[in-house]
Amino acid sequence: MHYLTIKNNQPVPVSDIPEISYNAFLILNTGMVVETAGRHCVNYFGYPEGEKILLICCIADDDEHVIYISSSVVDIHSELHSFTAKQLCFEKFEREIHENYGVQYSDHPWLKPVRYAHDRFDKTNVISNYPFYSIDSEELHEVGVGPIHAGIIEPGHFRFICNGEQILHLEIQLGYQHRGIEKLFLAEKPLNQLATLAENIAGDTTVGHSVAFAQVWESLTGFEPGRDIDYARTIALELERIAIHTGDLSAVCTDIAYQLGSSVFGRLRTPIINFLQEWCGNRLSKGLIRPGLNRYPLTSELAKRLTVVLDTFEPDFTEMNKELFNMPSALSRFERTGVVSTEDASAIGAVGMTARASGVVRDTRVSHPHCLYSELDHKPIVKRHGDVYSRVTIRKKEVFQSIKYIRALLENVPEVPELQSSSILKTPCADLFTISLVEGWRGEICHCAITGSNGKLIHYKIKDPSFHNWMALALSVRNNEISDFPICNKSFNLSYSGHDL
Amino acid sequence: MFNNLKILYHQGKQFIPDVTTAKVPGIFRGRPVITTVKVDEKELNELCPVNAISVNPVCIDLGKCTFCGECAMRFPEKIQFTADYKISANERESLIIKEGDDKLVEVNPEKVRREIHSLFGRSLKLRQVSAGGDNSCEWELNAANNVQFDMGRFGIEFVASPRHADGIVITGPITENMAEPLQICYDATPDPKIIVLVGTDAISGGIFAGSAAIDRSFLDKYPVDLYIPGNPAHPLTIINGLLDLTRKS
Repeated sequence: MHYLTIKNNQPVPVSDIPEISYNAFLILNTGMVVETAGRHCVNYFGYPEGEKILLICCIADDDEHVIYISSSVVDIHSELHSFTAKQLCFEKFEREIHENYGVQYSDHPWLKPVRYAHDRFDKTNVISNYPFYSIDSEELHEVGVGPIHAGIIEPGHFRFICNGEQILHLEIQLGYQHRGIEKLFLAEKPLNQLATLAENIAGDTTVGHSVAFAQVWESLTGFEPGRDIDYARTIALELERIAIHTGDLSAVCTDIAYQLGSSVFGRLRTPIINFLQEWCGNRLSKGLIRPGLNRYPLTSELAKRLTVVLDTFEPDFTEMNKELFNMPSALSRFERTGVVSTEDASAIGAVGMTARASGVVRDTRVSHPHCLYSELDHKPIVKRHGDVYSRVTIRKKEVFQSIKYIRALLENVPEVPELQSSSILKTPCADLFTISLVEGWRGEICHCAITGSNGKLIHYKIKDPSFHNWMALALSVRNNEISDFPICNKSFNLSYSGHDL
Repeated sequence: MFNNLKILYHQGKQFIPDVTTAKVPGIFRGRPVITTVKVDEKELNELCPVNAISVNPVCIDLGKCTFCGECAMRFPEKIQFTADYKISANERESLIIKEGDDKLVEVNPEKVRREIHSLFGRSLKLRQVSAGGDNSCEWELNAANNVQFDMGRFGIEFVASPRHADGIVITGPITENMAEPLQICYDATPDPKIIVLVGTDAISGGIFAGSAAIDRSFLDKYPVDLYIPGNPAHPLTIINGLLDLTRKS
């Protein structure tokens, strides 16, 4: 066997991961993603060992519900053939390996910096002189936007090449938000610091990332979360989805200058996040999820309260959507705007609602179930056209779906055992590798960890769904008017901090 | 048209009439109160993920605190978080809460620069710079502008260009990669201008304080006019802080 087959959240000894020659590694992994549409790369990263790099590639098989792990050791100074030349979905992973460790690729088409990480290999590369793609022409002009944008939003630079009002090409340059999170995970911190770090990876996906971290930690320490813990996590994940989708519907309405929709969706987000505050004391659920314990159990009183919140939310949300989706002036802005084709979405390895809007069925709630999703009989909502309309419709439908799931879960509030303390968690076992996939509202979040011989974390790799999906945004705006960029952008609403780490 | 009116009717009045007295729902963690009860101070100190608790006497620095509530959960007889969301101050020391001292966190009007009241007391336009912010404080700053909190009614608004702004609002621990854009934005803002830090990350670096990838030298160069703590800061904390800075005498 050239690879190891594991399940989501299953820890394995690092030595069990087969180590193969780089050529075999390349053929294996690039071949795996083409064989069936259900396979895609969830993480591919390097771990430095002196002058050598241990490359680990994780390919998820959505139909078989497993993840294939393989590895190869290469020399830092070697020049390799790239995976990207065969399969585009590895593009950013290889750029990251190149940027961090200086590994050269002979045939990578776009070997540019990813985020200007603090510990990058070549410090002479600085963020202010990123090598933008440009076309020499008297017909074309460039528009540069950012890093600081016009609204209250995170920083990133967008460089458009336009033919009149039409966008020919968009290059997105990120890295401004880089805080060195992955390195901070390795600094032998106590567990509560690590959990705080995890919830600060991307503040709009607090639940998603902290569940992924909690599952990694529980898997390393051999802890089996009880039903009450998984129950709280599932409800929190779905509430986060409702809150952000509603807020993004508001933002899309703002961008088409539809004041009523903007105000009503904007205000509808409030009762949902205020419920999170009633539950755990924080509107963005910071502090709610911790490894190994149910810090804020969802009691039957809270369950009753949540039912009331949803009962008042749903009619207002339905009424506003009915109006929005029957308004020709809104529909004409949504339909056929910002199209990502099924082929493109699949080739770049798009995940989450971005992939589902383009007809690529990718949803870890079904393919690699975590928390209580295996009980919910989840059916992903999929649209075919890949335009703003598809993404907005998915958001609307997923809100209703999440409400349905939460209502089903609320019928049976589990007993909460005596309040535990996180000290019941053992220390992580030595020399383990583990991977955790969680379907956040944007899509698949992946955390990987490796422990050393003393059980300490020696590598921690975080992948936010935005890592794949920023390319989808860049492709979606081609041939669109530059004035449609805001709605395209908002229909995705990707994370800068989750990408930059 | 009829449908729109129907929606408006169904929505009713959404705005919070008085943002200075509004109550927050649930178990909001605002200004902590620390009793003089003796507890295991070593354990208390080690409990805090961001080193916000110092001992002898026991103090919590709201500029470092992530409001996770771990300390109050472990030592409820020692520390309680109240629902008081008015925790903004213009002096860094005011954010440090001491044991046995149940005093409000307030803006000290005597330390507010004179031009702030006269120039910005009725209209304040701000440019927001996210410098490594995780999008949570940015979320709450946006929420402060929604129909419920409606900060615009006080003439406080966020503008798209530093050229139109009276000051900058910084979120995030200030990453190395954002240090230069932040400086350019500050330089582009006309004088007189204010600096407001929103959120624990901006005030102290928060959980990122030890990271090599952040560069906080900007804050050594200029005085900060207002600290708005929180992880993220609550919209009511933000609005009351800005109102107190510009209007309280």
